[in-house]
Amino acid sequence: MSKPLLAIRDVTKTFGLYQALRGVSLDVFQGKVLCLIGGSGSGKTTLLRCVNQIIQPDSGGIWLEDDLLGRRHEGGKLHRLPEREIARQRLKTGMVFQRFNLFPHLTALGNVMEGPVQVQGRDKASARKDAMELLSRVGLADKAGNYPSQLSGGQQQRVAIARALAMRPKLMLFDEPTSALDPELVGEVLAVMRELARSGMTMMVVTHELGFAREVADSVAFMDSGSIVEYGPPAQILGAPTEKRTRDFLSAVII
Amino acid sequence: MTTAGPVLTSGFPDLTGVPMARRTHWGRWTAALAIILVLLALVRAFAHGQIDWPVVGQFLTVPVILTGIVNTVIMSVLAMALGILLGVIVAVMRLSPNPVLSYCAAFYVWLFRGTPVILQLLLWFNLALVFPTIGIPGVWSGRAVDIMTPFLSALLGLGINQGAYTSEVMRAGILSVDAGQHEAAQAIGMGRLRALRRIILPQAMRVVIPPLGNEFIGMIKTTSLASVIQYPEILHNAENIYYANSRVIELLIVAGFWYLLVVSILSPLQHLLEKRFARGTQVMTR
Ligand SMILES: Nc1ncnc2c1ncn2[C@@H]1O[C@H](COP(=O)(O)OP(=O)(O)OP(=O)(O)O)[C@@H](O)[C@H]1O
Ligand SMILES: [Mg+2]
Repeated sequence: MSKPLLAIRDVTKTFGLYQALRGVSLDVFQGKVLCLIGGSGSGKTTLLRCVNQIIQPDSGGIWLEDDLLGRRHEGGKLHRLPEREIARQRLKTGMVFQRFNLFPHLTALGNVMEGPVQVQGRDKASARKDAMELLSRVGLADKAGNYPSQLSGGQQQRVAIARALAMRPKLMLFDEPTSALDPELVGEVLAVMRELARSGMTMMVVTHELGFAREVADSVAFMDSGSIVEYGPPAQILGAPTEKRTRDFLSAVII
Repeated sequence: MTTAGPVLTSGFPDLTGVPMARRTHWGRWTAALAIILVLLALVRAFAHGQIDWPVVGQFLTVPVILTGIVNTVIMSVLAMALGILLGVIVAVMRLSPNPVLSYCAAFYVWLFRGTPVILQLLLWFNLALVFPTIGIPGVWSGRAVDIMTPFLSALLGLGINQGAYTSEVMRAGILSVDAGQHEAAQAIGMGRLRALRRIILPQAMRVVIPPLGNEFIGMIKTTSLASVIQYPEILHNAENIYYANSRVIELLIVAGFWYLLVVSILSPLQHLLEKRFARGTQVMTR
């Protein structure tokens, strides 16, 4: 069996007294799409934030390609990596946030070019060309000069996807990318994500869009109170779940 | 019934086309009248008072006064620039996860906000009493009395004091930026300092410019304290003239006129800066 692109092993995370992750383990293989579903507070966001190193797990390990994230294993001890190394590791993942988090003082094009120019040190002309290509890929070439405040929610989220793609990540992380959107704008964002999945991008998607999960995901993980309760292909998890907690969650969501 | 509207009860008069009556604003008229009377009384009092207006006109543009106002503006700009530079550095230190940096910053703010500016100015000016020679050991040194000129003492005293206040304004600005912006900057691989410079500070500027404008106007007037350490700003020069000719009120009016003029020029400049940093926000289109 080939090695996974992302391997999560026994990850725990505690906030104060509250254990948000209680030993989560997962594999995500190259070119596959994993959807994470689960109720509010079940730890989905916390898990994504660990993979993107916005927070560090208390114990366990996360490997992306062959790198252990955030830690160096040496002399029988784990050492925290310096911030520069962590920033370099983060370039391999692209993150799309629930509330877009576009940079409001930069145009759509500026948002997409910011990482390549400022972080990767690419020259402006070629970065601009690539950024324009990405904007047309998400259907927004004509909005390149607009500031985020001049874009609809769906358009902002598509710019945010382009901004993440501009760093040429190996793995894309989505945290409820459509749940801050008006219902009629959800479709355009899901369409971009569907296209991305089809193009072979490896993706880890937290979502309540079960239709999307059923159609696009290669596997679905259902989380509850900090653990993965059930895992499998979408037809099984969404169609014939064996765990009661999964069934309860699905019946609550589908209504 | 031909149209399918709601069924209406009759008996209400048709108000279409009935004009609005003009209101007489009695309150406004009486207030305006009262204020005009007070102003007339004031003008009359000053016109008949012991003020020699031709002397005011005569000294308004003499070279000593003009040099004074230029020195005031130069000192305000330089001290404010130093204050903003220190303010940004100290605010970032204050918010740093490193407790040593954070406590140092808090100590600096405590020390320089807690003592009067005029005391700080006098300390800098009299530094020679503490350290007769200053410099970098083995590289360069000089006599403190020669180095601590009124200009340098005023710049250090005003700028460092301003830094303590500005750091709090900057800290408020940085805190006003959404936490999601830090995360988004991190997510595209930016380190703390680059995120600060490229993402956080440009957004914080929008929030800090109005209070900074306030601080700058305050600074223009605070430079007058530098007259106690012989810095030739406008009030110092006006005083020198009236010590010679005893036209105290006339020269104070001259100085007041110039302060007001400089401060009036600042408001439109601040407005331009605000527009510059409002890029991408709704405020811009207003
Ligand atoms: N920074 C934090 N400090 C304290 N508690 C936190 C923090 N972040 C998350 N939590 C807690 O951890 C638990 C898991 O949160 P998380 O955001 O991962 O849930 P989620 O599955 O993403 O939920 P939702 O569907 O509502 O987004 C929650 O109970 C939350 O209150
Ligand atoms: Mg969440």
